[in-house]
Amino acid sequence: MTAAVLPMEQALTAAISILFDGVAYAMLLFIISVGLSITMGLMGFANLAHGAFAMLGGYVLVSLMLNAGVPFLAALLLTAVFVAIVSIPFERFLYRRLYKAGELDQVLLSIGLVFMATASITFVYGPSTVSITVPEFLSGQIDLGFGTFPTYRTFTIVVGVALMVALWYGFERTIIGAKIRAAVDNRRMAQSIGIDVDRLFVLAFALGSGLAALGGGLAIEIIGMSPTFALTYLVFFLIVVAVGGLGSIRGAFVAALILGIVDTAGKYLWPDGGAFFIYALTIAILLVKPEGLFGKA
Amino acid sequence: MKFNTLFCGVASILGLMAGQALADTVKIGVVLPYSGGAAQFGEQIDRGMNLFISQNKDAFGGHEIELIKRDSKRPGGDIAKNAVQELITREKVKILTGFVFSPNAMASAPLITQGKVPMVIMNAGTAWIPSLSPYIARVSFTMWHAGYPMGEYAATKLGCKTAAIGFTDYPPGKDSRNAFTTGFEKAGGKVLEALPMGGPREVPDFTPFFQRIKNAKPDCFYVFVPAGNHSVAVVKTYASLGMGDAGIKLIGPGDITQDTKLQDMPKEAAGMITVHHYSADYQTPKNLAFVKAWKAAYGADTTPDFMGVAGYDGMAAIAHAITAQNGKVTAEGTMKALSGWSYDSPRGKITIDPETRDIIQDSNVHKIVSKDGRLMVEVIDTIPQVKDPCKANAIGKCK
Repeated sequence: MTAAVLPMEQALTAAISILFDGVAYAMLLFIISVGLSITMGLMGFANLAHGAFAMLGGYVLVSLMLNAGVPFLAALLLTAVFVAIVSIPFERFLYRRLYKAGELDQVLLSIGLVFMATASITFVYGPSTVSITVPEFLSGQIDLGFGTFPTYRTFTIVVGVALMVALWYGFERTIIGAKIRAAVDNRRMAQSIGIDVDRLFVLAFALGSGLAALGGGLAIEIIGMSPTFALTYLVFFLIVVAVGGLGSIRGAFVAALILGIVDTAGKYLWPDGGAFFIYALTIAILLVKPEGLFGKA
Repeated sequence: MKFNTLFCGVASILGLMAGQALADTVKIGVVLPYSGGAAQFGEQIDRGMNLFISQNKDAFGGHEIELIKRDSKRPGGDIAKNAVQELITREKVKILTGFVFSPNAMASAPLITQGKVPMVIMNAGTAWIPSLSPYIARVSFTMWHAGYPMGEYAATKLGCKTAAIGFTDYPPGKDSRNAFTTGFEKAGGKVLEALPMGGPREVPDFTPFFQRIKNAKPDCFYVFVPAGNHSVAVVKTYASLGMGDAGIKLIGPGDITQDTKLQDMPKEAAGMITVHHYSADYQTPKNLAFVKAWKAAYGADTTPDFMGVAGYDGMAAIAHAITAQNGKVTAEGTMKALSGWSYDSPRGKITIDPETRDIIQDSNVHKIVSKDGRLMVEVIDTIPQVKDPCKANAIGKCK
């Protein structure tokens, strides 16, 4: 019905729109998924409940803002810290028991957690979508010189890039990062040279969950937050991890960018079938590189 | 959350009236989403039904009714169809009601024809649904009650020469698109684009679609999304892309300015124009009393919306059908009683059209205004007693 034929003068506007929205969406995917990539790469645990921590983050943020009156930015940080701490007992008492178990057991445990999270959130907050009011300085439009863009999405991009830089620094330039990389590459060797892999697991898990919560909080304004969030977007998080390669931060970043931009472009240029692009691309990439773009075969 | 209403049939004991010692219990199957993202609609309609029952004990003519509730969960059709089958064959219900989503009503239609159990639709608004079975009557609306007049109004009164359409890609979305396009083009307008924007289950990120519309620069942007969570995201995206400043008017059916969602919307919602048959903000005595009773029953922070009123009116229709048949409820008797039934609803006068078994009601033009820091609906125009324009004009599947 609406083919991808645009007049020339609109083509540039369209390209800029697609790039901008795609990158904003990509940053959201990256922030939420990077933790999943780390835990899957490091612990070899297929944690399908990762999105539940993002969802918990979204709801904690809503509670902090609406019930406790905490300002948005502070609430975002508090949410990440809170969920990171809350996730530790899950790792200690539930996940750890299944590190050596088969993937099916891990999937059953974590998908069970997703259903429990959905039911619990529905019980407490009700089934509807929750919403927040972002502060004035993040709403409306911002003029970046080459066009005006939604301020909130610009903010999301800034946060995403900042996190990417921080994570890159943390993993590539600090001792703890080196230890995690060592453990991802060869856990037994890392253990035998005295690295406390057990503690690294807790740390990485909490970090990943905290980031997911931060992403969940950011997501409320962009893709909305409801009790089915963890399940609805699970497939996207898994795509980011699979396409990027397990345990690779750079991979998650690149994969999120590709998926975000392609998904947005598909919807913009060909709304009738656009949602399909992302899956076709995933299949194509995984056919060529089954281990993901930056994964280790 | 009322989980207890889920599986247990709720018997509403309506005291026996003098002189009618032998009252019958009429079993009514209710198919509504009681869990998942759509549970809010089930709750609205449930509350509407219960409010009518508690206010109008006499309306059932001394007969008892038993509501047997089943959870239809999602719009897919399959779960609702199973529920309907079970309600007809095992529970032997005499009347079926509820049905929020069009696909659920459509999937169940063949069963009610075979089982001869009338269906009183309390929401599902795809225009051609009643043609699927002679036992369907509708007390809610069709997409054409809003879309068609909105198209005419946009072209003639809002001064829109061009329009773009964004719709959720499932039957009522396409129906609403057709309704608006027909009304708008008949009145001389030109539709530039009609974009499908994802399915009904999840709220998508609307930005890519809206960005495309913004770049196409229409005068009016007509949006149909399912009632509920989608609408807030629509207005937020419209606001964050600065489409209002770009001179694009946001219009649509009243589903996108649902009473229960209005206060979650950003201030840019003010100025939106929608066409619909109900808002809790209607200042008529009948509606003021209805809203007051609703708040008294369910809490001051709750509000009825068009689904709540449909539950209320639907129960009024069922009560009428039961009383008219003196409790001996048959399929033919129920359909005969509903045919031409007229009622003074909180939304205004409603009638079941004897020809189409669809509703006849006023379509009102709503303007969203900001008053005392609260967004509310102001009625700025009324198109009286609209018969479903799809069937009236015999368009597409409505022939």
